[in-house]
Amino acid sequence: MLTEFVDRIRSAHAANTPLVIQGGGSKDFYGNAHEGEVLNTRALTGVVDYQPKELVLTAQAGTPLAEIEALLAEHEQMLAFEPPHFGGNPLPNPLPNPLPQAGEGANDALRAPKSSNATLGGCIAAGLSGPRRPYAGAARDFVLGVRMIDGTGQPLRFGGQVIKNVAGYDVSRLMAGALGTLGLITEVSLKVLPKPAAETTLQFELDETAAIENMNRWAGQPLPLSATSWHAGLLTVRLSGAESAVHAAQARLGGEWLHDAAAFWQRLRDQATPFFDKRPLWRLAVKPTTPPLNLGSAEWIEWGGAVRWLASDLPAATLRDAAKTAGGHAALFRGTAPVDGAFAPLAPALLTLHRNLKQRFDPKGILNRGRLHPEF
Amino acid sequence: MLSPAFLSQLRKLLPDHCVLHAREDLVPFESDGLSAYRNTPDVVALPENESQVAAILRLCHANQVAVVARGAGTGLAAGALPVDGAVLLVLSKLNQIRHIDPLARTATVQPGVRNLAISEAAAVHGLYYAPDPSSQIACSIGGNVAENSGGVHCLKYGLTVHNILKLRAWTIDGQLLEIGNDTLDSPGYDLLALMTGSEGMLAVITEVTVKLLPRPQRAQVVLAAFDDVAKAGAAVGNIIAAGVIPAGLEMMDRLAIQAAEAFVHAGYQLDCEALLLCEVDGVNEEVSDDILTVHDVLAASGATEIHTAESEEQRLKFWAGRKAAFPAVGRLAPDYYCMDGTIPRARLPHVLKRIGEMSAEYGLPVANVFHAGDGNLHPLILFDANLPGELAKAEAFGGKILELCVEAGGTITGEHGVGLEKIRQMCAQFAPPELARFHDVKAAFDPDTLLNPGKAVPELHRCAEWGAMHVHGGQLAHPELPRF
Repeated sequence: MLTEFVDRIRSAHAANTPLVIQGGGSKDFYGNAHEGEVLNTRALTGVVDYQPKELVLTAQAGTPLAEIEALLAEHEQMLAFEPPHFGGNPLPNPLPNPLPQAGEGANDALRAPKSSNATLGGCIAAGLSGPRRPYAGAARDFVLGVRMIDGTGQPLRFGGQVIKNVAGYDVSRLMAGALGTLGLITEVSLKVLPKPAAETTLQFELDETAAIENMNRWAGQPLPLSATSWHAGLLTVRLSGAESAVHAAQARLGGEWLHDAAAFWQRLRDQATPFFDKRPLWRLAVKPTTPPLNLGSAEWIEWGGAVRWLASDLPAATLRDAAKTAGGHAALFRGTAPVDGAFAPLAPALLTLHRNLKQRFDPKGILNRGRLHPEF
Repeated sequence: MLSPAFLSQLRKLLPDHCVLHAREDLVPFESDGLSAYRNTPDVVALPENESQVAAILRLCHANQVAVVARGAGTGLAAGALPVDGAVLLVLSKLNQIRHIDPLARTATVQPGVRNLAISEAAAVHGLYYAPDPSSQIACSIGGNVAENSGGVHCLKYGLTVHNILKLRAWTIDGQLLEIGNDTLDSPGYDLLALMTGSEGMLAVITEVTVKLLPRPQRAQVVLAAFDDVAKAGAAVGNIIAAGVIPAGLEMMDRLAIQAAEAFVHAGYQLDCEALLLCEVDGVNEEVSDDILTVHDVLAASGATEIHTAESEEQRLKFWAGRKAAFPAVGRLAPDYYCMDGTIPRARLPHVLKRIGEMSAEYGLPVANVFHAGDGNLHPLILFDANLPGELAKAEAFGGKILELCVEAGGTITGEHGVGLEKIRQMCAQFAPPELARFHDVKAAFDPDTLLNPGKAVPELHRCAEWGAMHVHGGQLAHPELPRF
């Protein structure tokens, strides 16, 4: 199976044919528009190795994320970076799939698809993480190794299946978030973690300034925080850990207990609430202590204050300046990307390094041309 | 040799006391923490600020002179070994803590700041910097980034790469790179990951912003003895399967236990084959729960004795033996050679058995100290460098141990880095196309190969010369890869 992908990329390299790498298509919206022949990874499917006691899972790139998470759940483990699944096109399903009935629950069912299409390869290539990220780490933090095929059709293996490994440059982490522009990921090894024994979610009515301050203050204290969100005057905080620890923290923090917490965090993770339907949707990543940005649109704050979502028609430059001043960067997450690309432009010295790396891994620029950066 | 003209230009960039060239001043810099490798530098530059670093790099680039960056010199892989005809760029004078932001939980420091000094400075805010390599009282953060240093708390708190946010670094042609930022991710490729562990081969770091974590409320340690190494190894997996991620999980074998106990009297049981130290930390209530779980799992895993530290004093005493294991083993023989392989934990019994067999073949004893939680094995080979041929024998044995780690599905270095020491074993771990890509990464940053040349990644033809493209048991490394 791998040989077919190698052959395909070698031919594309020889013929200078751009390829569009696709897994489940759940994140097709992400990054810049790009064109070419579709190279679908779903045939590369299956968990290669999973040793719960080693906290390591290895799977082929096309393996559905949902399948991996279900397997981990059987062993009370999880992907701690809580990767988004988003929606994507429905998988071809041989079984009749009853449509949700109108009325009760129909909207929820539509908005939180049970069988997401997201694949492991896409998850790592996009490098996106969910609500647990500030407290547990990002997708790249859990990557232990990859097998990949570079833009010349050369299969390569970097990293491995052990937690500590400093042999050679960390190319496997470099692949996380590279949006397939340096190579096709064919297999990934990830560190996994035990599921917390207990989890509870609390809500507090607070204005934006106070919510940002609390998120940061609490993160500096020994509290079992695992997710934070603020929107429309409501700070939502998830606590995870031993039952005793969660109870003690709950008693200390107060707040209102949120009944349907799992659904709340999943909808936030997958952007399955109407707030995220608006376009253009911008993601401003900032220093977490940044006060309210006051950019004239309603914000949804995540990641302890480090991410501010907003739908805004302000010029890209205005939003980018605001994020840069706040120590971070702005990306057009959903909608039509501005001319300089979906992601914040790179400083000249960094752009040179990006060009050099791209040139070395994909000399003809055939892999996801332009998706990460309009130039390559 | 560096030309007098170059040296005179270098001296113009720095105050007199910042350029060392007298023989007696150069000797202290002839090796890093791996003293078996020595080479007297041609010249040592000790810049006092960032603009001097940039000026030195530009001068070296213009003259095509190589640069070896060095921090505190505690590295264990000859990564900072001076290179002939190069400038040794020592960053220890860049030792200021620039800024601590307690609310955002970050510290911005110069590369020469000692690892432990960051935690000491952050303590007043109830915060600390998590990675704690055993050299943390001396090693500096710039070197930690260059080596992606770990420590005993990696399994729970991660390595350096998981605990830094931002770097200021300079390319060999003197361009400033601002990598990362004050938030949790950056646009473009993850150059922060690429820089971490790059062993001074890509750029020279002049500032690091690290993450700080709240100090755990409480830490408690359990000490368990086993009559069989395999049982101790299984107990490690069982603790993790029970859903506990210990803050530290260390194992010592018989020889290491005996050496440590004789040295610091930690109260270790002597008639056992393995000791496990398992520390849990966190919120008070969580530690109480976890310590009971750990105790039960250890008992069920066949521990012959289990002791929970009842006080902070006893906790420190239990740790004292482990922390003194290296010097303790150093008392058993004139020299020891520390290896740094990582293996999947399940392979521990097999790997220890093979190390034991090879120890007999080479006639050199081995004490094993193991970061059991993350599979990082430190076999300490005992030898006497004054006996002719013993160092070479110890090195050959060490090389075999690393190749064994690769065979077992692991890696030749978990936390010490490749440097010059393990460069041959890189040929065993990586296939030629992968080594070629490493050279490509280097060329993307440093096309003239001026930064720390000859370290970390072997030239392909050297692998062939060393005969180190190993064929294990008739199998080429990575037979599953198509070869063209």
